[in-house]
Parts: sequence; C-alpha cells; structure tokens
Amino acid sequence: MSLKLGVPSKGRLMEKCFDWFAARGLHLSRTGSEREYAGAVEGVDGIALVLLSAGEIPRELAAGRLHLGVTGTDLVQEKLPLWEQQLEEIAPLGFGQADLILAVPQFWVDVDTLDDLDAAAAAFRARHGHRLRIATKYHRLVREFLRVGGVADYALVDSQGATEGTVKNETAEAIADITSTGETLRANHLKPLSDGLILRSQATLWRSRGAPCTDAETATLAGLIAQIGA
Amino acid sequence: MPSRAETLARAALLRAGFEAAGAQPVETPILQPAETLLDLYGEDIRARAYVTSDALRGEQMLRPDFTVPVVQMHMADGAEPARYTYAGEVFRRQEHDPERASEYAQVGFEVFDRTDPAAADAEVFARIADALAGLQLRAATGDIGVLMAAVRGLDTSERRRAALMRHIWRPHRFRALLDRFAHRVPVPPARAAMLACADPLAGCAPQIGKRSRAEVAARIAALRADAAEPPISAIELTALEALLGVRETAPFALRHLRDIAADLPQIGPALDRLEARIAALAARGIDVDHLDFEASYGRSSMEYYDGFVFGFYAERRPDLPAIASGGRYDALTRRLGQGAEIPAVGGVLRPGLILELEGAAR
Repeated sequence: MSLKLGVPSKGRLMEKCFDWFAARGLHLSRTGSEREYAGAVEGVDGIALVLLSAGEIPRELAAGRLHLGVTGTDLVQEKLPLWEQQLEEIAPLGFGQADLILAVPQFWVDVDTLDDLDAAAAAFRARHGHRLRIATKYHRLVREFLRVGGVADYALVDSQGATEGTVKNETAEAIADITSTGETLRANHLKPLSDGLILRSQATLWRSRGAPCTDAETATLAGLIAQIGA
Repeated sequence: MPSRAETLARAALLRAGFEAAGAQPVETPILQPAETLLDLYGEDIRARAYVTSDALRGEQMLRPDFTVPVVQMHMADGAEPARYTYAGEVFRRQEHDPERASEYAQVGFEVFDRTDPAAADAEVFARIADALAGLQLRAATGDIGVLMAAVRGLDTSERRRAALMRHIWRPHRFRALLDRFAHRVPVPPARAAMLACADPLAGCAPQIGKRSRAEVAARIAALRADAAEPPISAIELTALEALLGVRETAPFALRHLRDIAADLPQIGPALDRLEARIAALAARGIDVDHLDFEASYGRSSMEYYDGFVFGFYAERRPDLPAIASGGRYDALTRRLGQGAEIPAVGGVLRPGLILELEGAAR
C-alpha cells in the first residue's frame, strides 16, 4: 500500500497545490481525461494522489482514509470538533488566504461591533417577531464565536453559496463568510464588523493522526516531510 | 461504569420514591419541536442538542431536558397544585469534551404550587438531598431572583435595565454592559464619530434587507439618549459588585445581603423570600448553617431559572458534572403558558452518576 495524499480536485487551488509541491521536487499531475479524478506522483515513491473536494478532505483525514491532505484552516476547524487531536498541521502553503468575517449592510451606521450587533438583534426580534438571521455555511465556528462574544437573539440560516446576496434577497439580515479582498462585500453593500474577524484561513498541508501506517509508509512519510522542508 | 440496565433500574427506583411522596408520573415525547427550544434558548441550543428533521414536521430536537415538555404538558391541561416525576434519557451533544455522556438518564421532580413558594423550594431541595443521602455531596445554592431584583431597581434608564436583564445569564456580556453604563470604559471611536455627526445616515449606502432605515434611525436616537444619560452611580455599582461576590453559608450570606440592601433597597422583598426559604429548609431538617450560598451561582447555565437555584457536586470527583441540579422557573411557565403562569420549582438527578459514585465507594 502507499501513502495517500489528498488534494483539492478543482481549479486554481489544485494548480497552486501542484506548483507548491513541484517547487519541492514532488510532481503531482492529473492523469486520464480532463474529467477523470485520477492523479499521479513523480519524484517520491510510495505516494498515491487522491483528488477530491476540499470540503471532504477534513473528514477523510479524520477518518484515516488519507494520510496527508491539503485544505483550508476554515474547513478543518468548521468540520472537525477537537481538530487538534485528529490532525497535525505540517505546513501552511502560503496561498488560499481568506478571512471568515461577520458582515452587515453598509447603511447600518449604528452597527460597528458585536456589542452593536447584539443590541440591534434584540430590537429586530422585538419588532419583527423573529430572530436576526445570519447566513453562513460555517455554522459551528460562527455559533461559537457569537457565544463567546455574548450575542443573543440571532438565528443562523444555511447558505452554501452566493451568501453576500442573501441580505438583498431578505433571506438574512447579516452574513458570516470568507473574504479575501472584501470586493464582493462592497459590491453587495456590506461591511465587516470591526471586531468580527472569526478566523484567518489559508491552504494548509495536514497529517492525519489516526491513519494507520505500515513501516514502509511511516518511512515514506518521514522522507516526504524532510523533502518538503516542513 | 454502571450498565444501562442498572442505571435505568435505579432511575425507576428514584422515580418510585418521588411517586411515594405524592408526585404523579409523566412521560414526554423524545422528539421535541425545535422551534420552541430555539425560541427559549437561542441558537446556542444547537451546540447542545441533537437536531433532526423530516420534510413534513421540520426540525425536531432529541429532548435535551424534560422541564420544557413537562411545563407545556402542565400548562395545557394540568390541575393545580401538581407534583410530577419522570425518568428517562436526555440527549446532549458533547463536542468539546468526549468524556461527557451524550445520552444519559435523568430523574426529575417538579412542583407547580402557588400557595407557599418557600415551602415548595425547600420540599424539592430536601427530597433530592434525601435521595442522595450517603454520597457525601456538597450542595451549592443561589438565588437569581436577588440579582434580578437588584437590576430591575437600578436608578438608570429602562433601556439600560432591560439590556442588563437580557444578559443576566451571560456574565461576560453583563459585565461589559455594566462597565459601559458606569462610564468605566471609553466610548468606542466609531460610536463617538457616529454620534458627533449631525445626520449619520446622510449619503450612506442604499438600504438593503429587512432591517429598515427607520430602525437604524431609531437605534441612533436611542444611542444619543443613552449618551446623555448619567452613569450608574458608584454607590449602586459597588453594591451590585458586592452582591455578585457574596459566597458564604446561607445565614451569613443573608446577613451580608441585608447590609448590601442598605444601598440597594430594591432587593428587600427578594431577601425576605430568601429568608423564608432558609427557614423552610431548616424546618425540613436541612443543616442551613453549613449550606453554601453563592449569589452568582447558576448564572452561566440554562437560562430559565429566575429564583432559587441549587446543585449537588462530588468534591472528590471534580471531573463529574453536577449529580443533581434544579431551581425555580416561574418565568418559563409564563413564556410557555400563552398568558397563563404558575410558580414552579424542580430538579433532576442523574442515576448513572449516583451508581458510579456508589461503585467507587465500595
């Protein structure tokens, strides 16, 4: 058997991963047709490349079906409770930077902090008869952040994409989402709260603490970690 | 560790004890409509309860406790006064501590009786203490009602009192609000700049979403009014902080709180109730001279207790949660009763933990 390395299967994230490993003498590539999710590794023996959705990589690492994997800090912390016990961070890869932030409409000039958001939520609930809705796909991270911040009278609503549009569409009053430049926020007339930074994320190489390893795989892993200089 | 069968057998035994004391046994569904619990506890309950759903009934929760469904049952068709007991499993997500059980048995005893609240408090506490006799547990008691009375009577704006009341159960946020209302922290620069502006909404971004421009304007007006409000006085603040720090045996705590009431006279009636409760506990044979009382006890737990609160702890096993806990929840009956209300007090025991402690003692 060989060591399994999971890499996001799509787009720029995959290409940047390939570049990062190539710069360290490990050549990853897709094999077969454009649409086939199969990959190959040259430069180190005993490693199998697995291409899959970045969102599934945390779960596969935690289950021990991948030995190594590249995915964002945001996805690891959202999907895995007590993630430090399940994964070890090998190396931040220096791309895919994004901040998970809380944002509200720009014209809410009265709301700049969590304290303001909490007060606005109380008044909103009294007036509209339901809690102030925050659209996000990062339910656990956002809930924990708001609990520690002492914010009440809000409800999380699920949004798996185009989250910035939910306020205009009146399916949410505020959002919690990933942003890198803030351009999408501004284009949708939203602004981040000054103390609403929930997490700084970037693409990171992780090792599963639970994946079973043969002696040969352990040796391959040690060689790989030495080669990439982590 | 006790087996599941042993735990359920002990649960049945404990319930039979409460039945012998005049409680009517009740059962509640395991699946509870999520909406009721979310309205009561807010989004935080999702971190503590298992949520499931079907396309027809929507979101349901595996019951995280019995109190809410028992109150609903009583408010719908209960006779007065009533004493209920139940035994069964509750379900709690444990994402921070894998050592804690996510499914465990609870036995409860609840009293709905408006004749003599002090006697009802004492009855619940004494019956639960009795069921735990021999385990050498430390009892902690408190009274959220004293703090609530103090806040309700503060010499400040109604808006500030309401904001503090809303965060009674979030000590961190409560403290931050208090510091702000006492002018002990500077006004955040963004707030100061906004208030200095004659028309903060002039030329701002377009209105989007359900929260309207009028609501933003209303909050700006409220913030302006609050900025003109004098700070909460140093006398009230010192007294409130002294109150939060009270932690003594019950009779001394009462005496200390009576001293504090010189500066916070609004807590007088709540202290009369505390005094009556201490007398009722003594009449039930509880050694009140050695009973701990903490004015801040119960503030970070479930937010429905609004009077007497208590818990029993195994001091030699600090890793274990409370072996039993409970309190008074008059306001909960108001919220679930759609207009109706009844004073209510109750508590739960955990037979699994009782057996674990007994097993270790053998």
